[in-house]
Parts: sequence; C-alpha cells; structure tokens
Amino acid sequence: MRRLPSLFLIAVAGLAVTAMPAVAQKTLEAAKGRGHILCGVSQGLPGFSNPDAKGNWSGFDVDFCKAVAAAALGGADKVRFQPLSAKERFTALQSGEIDVLSRNTTWTLSRDTALGLDFAGISYHDGQGFMVHKKIGVKSAKDLNGATVCSNAGTTTELNVADYFRSHGMKYKLVTFEKSDDAFAAYVKGRCDVYTTDQSGLYAQRIRLDDPDDHLILPEIISKEPLGPATRQGDDGWSDIVRWTLFALINAEELGITAANAAQLKAESTNPEVRRLLGSEGDLGKNLGLDGDWALRAIQAVGNYGEVFERNLGSGSPLKIARNVNALWSKGGILYAPPAR
Amino acid sequence: MRRPRSAERLRDAATQAVVLAGALALAAWFVGNTLDNLSERGIASGFGFLDSTAGFSIIFTLIDYSELSTYGRAFLVGLLNTLLVSAVGIVAATILGVLVGVARLSTNWLVARLATVYVETFRNIPLLLQIFFWYFAVLGAMPQPRASLSLFGVMFLNNRGLFVPKPLLTPGFWIASALLAAGTAAAVLLWRRARVRGVATRARAIFCLALALIPAAAAALIGEPVTGWSLPHLAGFSFEGGAVLIPEFVGLVLGLSLYTGAYIAENVRSGILAVDKGQRESAAALGLSRGQILRLVILPQAMRVIVPPLTSHYLSLTKNSSLAAAIGYPELVSVFAGTVLNQTGQAVEVIAITMAVYLSISLVIAGAMNLYNRRVARIGDER
Repeated sequence: MRRLPSLFLIAVAGLAVTAMPAVAQKTLEAAKGRGHILCGVSQGLPGFSNPDAKGNWSGFDVDFCKAVAAAALGGADKVRFQPLSAKERFTALQSGEIDVLSRNTTWTLSRDTALGLDFAGISYHDGQGFMVHKKIGVKSAKDLNGATVCSNAGTTTELNVADYFRSHGMKYKLVTFEKSDDAFAAYVKGRCDVYTTDQSGLYAQRIRLDDPDDHLILPEIISKEPLGPATRQGDDGWSDIVRWTLFALINAEELGITAANAAQLKAESTNPEVRRLLGSEGDLGKNLGLDGDWALRAIQAVGNYGEVFERNLGSGSPLKIARNVNALWSKGGILYAPPAR
Repeated sequence: MRRPRSAERLRDAATQAVVLAGALALAAWFVGNTLDNLSERGIASGFGFLDSTAGFSIIFTLIDYSELSTYGRAFLVGLLNTLLVSAVGIVAATILGVLVGVARLSTNWLVARLATVYVETFRNIPLLLQIFFWYFAVLGAMPQPRASLSLFGVMFLNNRGLFVPKPLLTPGFWIASALLAAGTAAAVLLWRRARVRGVATRARAIFCLALALIPAAAAALIGEPVTGWSLPHLAGFSFEGGAVLIPEFVGLVLGLSLYTGAYIAENVRSGILAVDKGQRESAAALGLSRGQILRLVILPQAMRVIVPPLTSHYLSLTKNSSLAAAIGYPELVSVFAGTVLNQTGQAVEVIAITMAVYLSISLVIAGAMNLYNRRVARIGDER
C-alpha cells in the first residue's frame, strides 16, 4: 500500500505550496536555524547516492551536499538526506521539503523554467545508453528495431527513447517502472530486451548482477544528460552558494588543492588563485554571505572534484567509470569552472 | 410557539450561511494563494498543458495513442487502463470470493481448510508484495519469445505476454453488434413480461430467440463484419500483429483479485452465517436440494448482509489498482500522476485531476452498489 500514501504526500506537498507565505524565507537563514541543510537524493543508486546498512549515505551526489553543508554551515555532517523517487523530486524542491536537489537530475530548458528550478551547473556529463544481454547478439542500438525496452518512469529517459526510435524509423515497446530497481529486475527476468538509463546508471546497475560480463553496454549515446544540483528559483543567494561550491571543487582540482593539502596551501601557497579560493586573500566568501574559509571547508570535507569522482565512481569504486568528458578542460575533457575572483 | 420556532430557523439558516461563506472564502484564499505562490516561484500553472504533445509512449492502450498525442490523450489512456483493470479485478474477486466464502462453510474438511488457508494467507500479506510476487512469478514462469508456447500456431504465450489473433473490424461489425445488443434486450424484456403474465410458451421462447439473433445475423451476412484476422508472428525480438495481453496486466489482476477475493470470501461467509438456521432447515424440509437451498434460499437473504461491505471492497480494489505504477502497468497514477506530472511539473493540477477522477469512480461504484442494495434489501429494511 505504498502508492496512495505517496500520492497523498505529493498532495500534502502541493498544499504546502498553497499554504506557504507569499514571500519565501531565505534558505540559508532557515538552514542555519535548523542546524542542517536538507538534501534530496535518489532512493539508492550505487556511486551517486546509496545508503549503507546503517543508513549512512555515500556517493557522488551525497558528497556534493556534504560540501555545500561544510561551506554554508561549517560542517560536512550538517546535512539530512531525503530519498526521493524521480517523480517526487521536483515537488519536494518546489515545496521547500529540501534545500538542494542532488539526485542525478538532467538540466533541461523546461525544468529550468516551467518547474521553477535553478540549476547550479553540471557536475557530471552523462548520456543515455542501452544495455542488452550478450546472448541476443546485438552490437549496436541501430539493431534494436522491434525491441522491448525497460526504463524508469518520469524521467527524460522515456522521451529520449521515443525520440531515438522515432527518428531512426524503428519500432519499440517501452515498459516503465516507478523505481529503477524494479525496471532493472524486470529486464533481468527477461521482460525486456533492453534496459536503458543514463550510462553512469547502466554501469552502476551492472555491477549488481551475478553475471555482469554477460551484459553489454551498447556504444551509442543517444542523448545529452548534463546532471547537476538544482535549487528553487527565487533565492539567488542560496543558488549562488550551491553553484560556487560546485565550481570551488572543480577549481580546486585544477589548482591541485586536495583534502589533504588544503590547509597547508592556505597558509603557504603563493599562487594568487589558490589564495583567493582558500580565503587567504580577498573576501570572496563575504560576497556569498559566508566567511573566508567556505571553500577550504568544502574541499577538506570531500576533496576536490577529481577526488570525489575517483572515490565514488572511478578507480576507487567498483564502478570504474573513466573520466572521459568529465575530465578537466585542460586534460581533454569538458569540465570547466568560471574563475573564483 | 410559532415565533420562537421561526426565529430559531432564521438563526440556523444564518449560522449555516456564515459557515458556508467561511468555507468558500477559505477555498478562494487557498486557490488565490496557490496561484500567487506558483507564479512567484516561476512555476507554470493552468490546464493548458493538456493540449501539449506528450512525447512518450505507453505500452498498453485501449485507444489510439502515439508519442505525438497530447497529455490529455495520455490521461484518457491511463483512465481507461484503470477502469479496465478495476472492472476485471472486481469480477474476478467477486467470483473467487463467493466460491471461497461458500467453501469455507463446506462440510468437507479439506475444502473448508484450504479455503481458510487461502483467506488467512492472502488477507495478511501486504498487497504490494503480492503484486510484486505475481508479477515476477508470472514473468519467471514464462518462456522467452523464441521459445513461446504455441496454441494451434495462432496463439502464443511468452514473457512478453499472451499474443492472440485480432479481428480486423469494419463498420459492419459495430452495426451487427448494436443490433445484437438491441435484439437481446428486447427479447429479454418480452420474455420477462410473458413470464409475469404466465404466457411463457415454447413458441414464444423461439420468437424471442429469433428476435435477438436474426437481425444481427442478417446485418452480419450483408455487412461482412470481419474482413480478416491480424495474426501474431515472430518478428525480430518478439511477436508482432494480433492483440497482446501484457504480463503487467495479468500480474496486477492476479494480485488485486486474490487479495480482495479473500476479504469478499469472509464477507460472504458472514452473510451466509447471518441467515437464520431455520431457513435452511425449512428449505430442506420442503425437499430442496443442497444447491437449490444455497441458490434460492440462503444467498438471496445473505445478500442483504453482503452487499454494503462489498461496496467498500470494490472501492478499495479500484484505489489499490494505483499500485500498478510499481510494476509498470500504465494506469492513471503511473501515466498521469507519474510521467505527465514529471514532464510538466504541474503537480497541483495533475494531482487535483487525479483525485477528482478517483473520487468520481468511487462515487459511481458506490451509487451503483447502493441501487443494487436497495433491490436486494428486504422491504422492512428499506429506509
């Protein structure tokens, strides 16, 4: 009996929108008052946001929220995680149930406008892909005419599949499930020939299989999926904090600042860019409404972008995803952050 | 004593007017404040989205639908799928419930125990788990498309569903169907009247039968109702052509009807037990057989007790069909309050429509059951 209660929750959240005072309270003040920020994450996606047996969350999206908490409230533990399904996530953010949505969410025009969201930037450049069982002998997505596809409901995934098959003049059948775990289980049981989601998600789901080597991730990427954290429209100060925390982590990697050497660099570095970011020069923190050590705390809490990536998704994780386009612009990727000055 | 009474009436009316005005003002404030908040946050509002292109596909539709259809059309698809699964579920649960309810009172030890085990098991396991169980059990038991179970080479069963031939219909089919329905209705009416008047002879029966069948048959012969059959055939990954019953539907119907059937069984049992023992004994004394006693004496009286709670079981079954979102059956909550809500972000409008729909369906079911209840209720019980 899970369906109706969650319907009810959405209804209550909708009512919360109706009942809220017309002027939104400043998110940062509210977070300071309650002592933690509220971070919306997935219901469990290895590498991005996944709870362990004790309920401790870890992952790429989780670390980002910890960095925001460290920057804004002074401690990486000052954050509460709220697991959300794909279809609950925007309502939760709109209604103030969460302060920041860090849930492998694709930045699109309609979400940025009609849904009243602000995207802070791109934390992971993803693209939608297909996974098939090797025994069906398919090597390319172009061979999928007539295939049955399992996917998660209420995501850009559904629309991309429709666009891809239509533009290639191919037939398909799409079965959509509310939870990606159930969609994947149905694929494993043979309900579908193909499982589709963002490629990072395909890798994350594949390592859960008993026979990961029997499943092939097809080479085609059929969409751009720029994933990033989002905030509510209308509180620009808070959006800036979230945006620049992301940029601080990316800039930190570019400048060679790590969790281990950040404090030392703050004291000893002669590089003006490093000094500005870490607060030993200028007062960038004040511009954000924070103190001078905001970026230092964020970096010390989770490390720079590269460290966060490798620990959760890359070589330090079971997923072993290569950096590829998510490498720094100076290293052949497209990851690029505006300068902190 | 006239004056105080009319003053009282005036006071009552005034109180009611004030409360009503208050309620309306509160509602207006809610709506106004919501619109203010939505526009202040830059969230789109209004129902214009129903005319926009949906862009996603739906696996199981009773009406024509494609990615180019509108959100409004997607809503209709979801609504019809909800109604279909609820209707099939209600019929199956009722048949199952009546059979098991009677079986629980059987004098055969094994039958009665088995019925008890069924009721206790299915009533006490959460419905969502049962739906998952049936869905994945159905899926797991079925072969891959290439290893399909075939019946006469025209019907195929595999883990993509049950594929059956589909008739290609012409307008003639619908004309013939309409004539058949009208003819049958007229025949039933005539036959009933004949029985009431005591003139139900064999000749009249034949006349009624002819009335029901001949016009439709004539129309069918002239109009060529079915021009051919679309046969399922293996093409690429799975079968194409024909009509298909998807495993999500089967899993959901199994889950819903087995769960609700257990409640209805208890309901039927209590209804039967509520019929006075003397009724059964006197019927037996009149020489009626056991089946006749059950059919003619016990069940009609038991219905008075059974119908009111039965209504609420029907309502829960309909509402529980929204659990389908978990296993990918595209009903209203999954399609409209799921995908459409997420694509458009218009949670307030979408949820309001969804709630209004469930409310309407529930009211219709409750209304119909109340009418039926009035028919089966004893004269003295009517209020």
